[in-house]
Amino acid sequence: MDRKIRVLIGKPGLDGHDRGAKYIARALRDAGMEVIYTGIRQTPEAIVNAAIQEDVDFVGLSLLSGAHNHLFPEVARLLNEKGGSDIILFGGGVIPEEDIPGLKKAGFKAIFTPGASSSEVVDFIEQEIQTR
Amino acid sequence: MLSSEVEDLAGKVRSKNQRGMARVLSMVENGHPLAPSILHSLYNPERSGLTIGVTGYPGAGKSTLTNRLIAYYRKHGCKVGVIAVDPSSPFSGGALLGDRLRMQDHASDPGVFIRSMGNRGHLGGLSGTTRDALEVFSAASYDPVLVETMGVGQAEVEIASLADITLLVLVPGLGDEVQTMKAGIMEIGDIIVLNKADRPGIEQLEMFVNASLDLIPDQISRPTVISCSALSGEGIEKLTDAIANCVSFGMGRRVIARRRTKLILRSIIREKGKELARKHVSDRYGSIEEAIESILEGKTTPYEIGEMLSGFLENKRENENECKRD
Repeated sequence: MDRKIRVLIGKPGLDGHDRGAKYIARALRDAGMEVIYTGIRQTPEAIVNAAIQEDVDFVGLSLLSGAHNHLFPEVARLLNEKGGSDIILFGGGVIPEEDIPGLKKAGFKAIFTPGASSSEVVDFIEQEIQTR
Repeated sequence: MLSSEVEDLAGKVRSKNQRGMARVLSMVENGHPLAPSILHSLYNPERSGLTIGVTGYPGAGKSTLTNRLIAYYRKHGCKVGVIAVDPSSPFSGGALLGDRLRMQDHASDPGVFIRSMGNRGHLGGLSGTTRDALEVFSAASYDPVLVETMGVGQAEVEIASLADITLLVLVPGLGDEVQTMKAGIMEIGDIIVLNKADRPGIEQLEMFVNASLDLIPDQISRPTVISCSALSGEGIEKLTDAIANCVSFGMGRRVIARRRTKLILRSIIREKGKELARKHVSDRYGSIEEAIESILEGKTTPYEIGEMLSGFLENKRENENECKRD
């Protein structure tokens, strides 16, 4: 069997700054993963729909606009509702330290803030996939 | 236990459970041991779904065109499936699958199922399991299913053997008349779509393509040429009309069923043959690498191994015949 790790990278909300998301998508590609890049200005519904159809192992969200406390938990909620509770969530972007515990409580396994290296994200995924 | 799991998964596909169908597609793609049994359960040679292939150069606008076609068929009440193939890295094996990006209009529409696939080293513009994935889409009653190949060059023509109708997407400004005269990709389109028709050079491209088609000996099967702009939507109705004409023209259900069956069997023979031969050589020499060593040491040649394989298959058949006689 030739199983590839599949990761969806998406940007919910109205923030159009996708350099970080594309950088991570590319790094995961180079680490041998199949990355579904859904682009900017996605609704939580669209992201969850894509995650289910693409049967991904991970969903990574990137947000720099400050709306993460609303949009990230919404993606987690919909994912549970659609039967995708086993999909591992992580996030990144300009996210204040004090918001991280709340996002983790909402179901996000890891939050990467500015300065995090791409290898940290790769390592996180490769470790988490063992638990699936 | 296994058969109940197979029936459970097949049932989920038939009942259009998206999560279950997505799982089955992964199993098919990954070569899961249960995948052949699930496909066996789902297979129907006379399935009614139409398969439309979309192929062309990288950047020709295949995804944008696919996006337009999804909108058209959704407007007419169809449930639309999409398989979009992008290249996998030959080095890392990873892939960046970005076709969904151009199909965001339909991202949250439950009547559209889009699946991205990396080609995983398969040549020909598709992945090795695209055909099997198509069976899964059909079993879940998606009709039509649009199959978008990766950006292709000149000879990736596999899509034509898989789709009922193949759209070849060309754009102005990518080459001269000689490009439209070359063999290969220019021969596979049932419909040739000249996209980005608002760009300079479109009249010239149209002229070259038509001149090239004038030389086809059998003008009955001459492809229709449609100019359009997938981005603005201009000319899309002309294209969907042409697809509808193509469907009604000589595409009887039985004819399609026969063609599909022939192709699917052929690809299974090829894959199984490869697997069997590889296994036999490995058994005989310990591994493929050791077979290579034996050749390098002068103990045998690749041709002798080939003869040995032919002999193996012959013997096997004789043994089977003897068993039958016994």
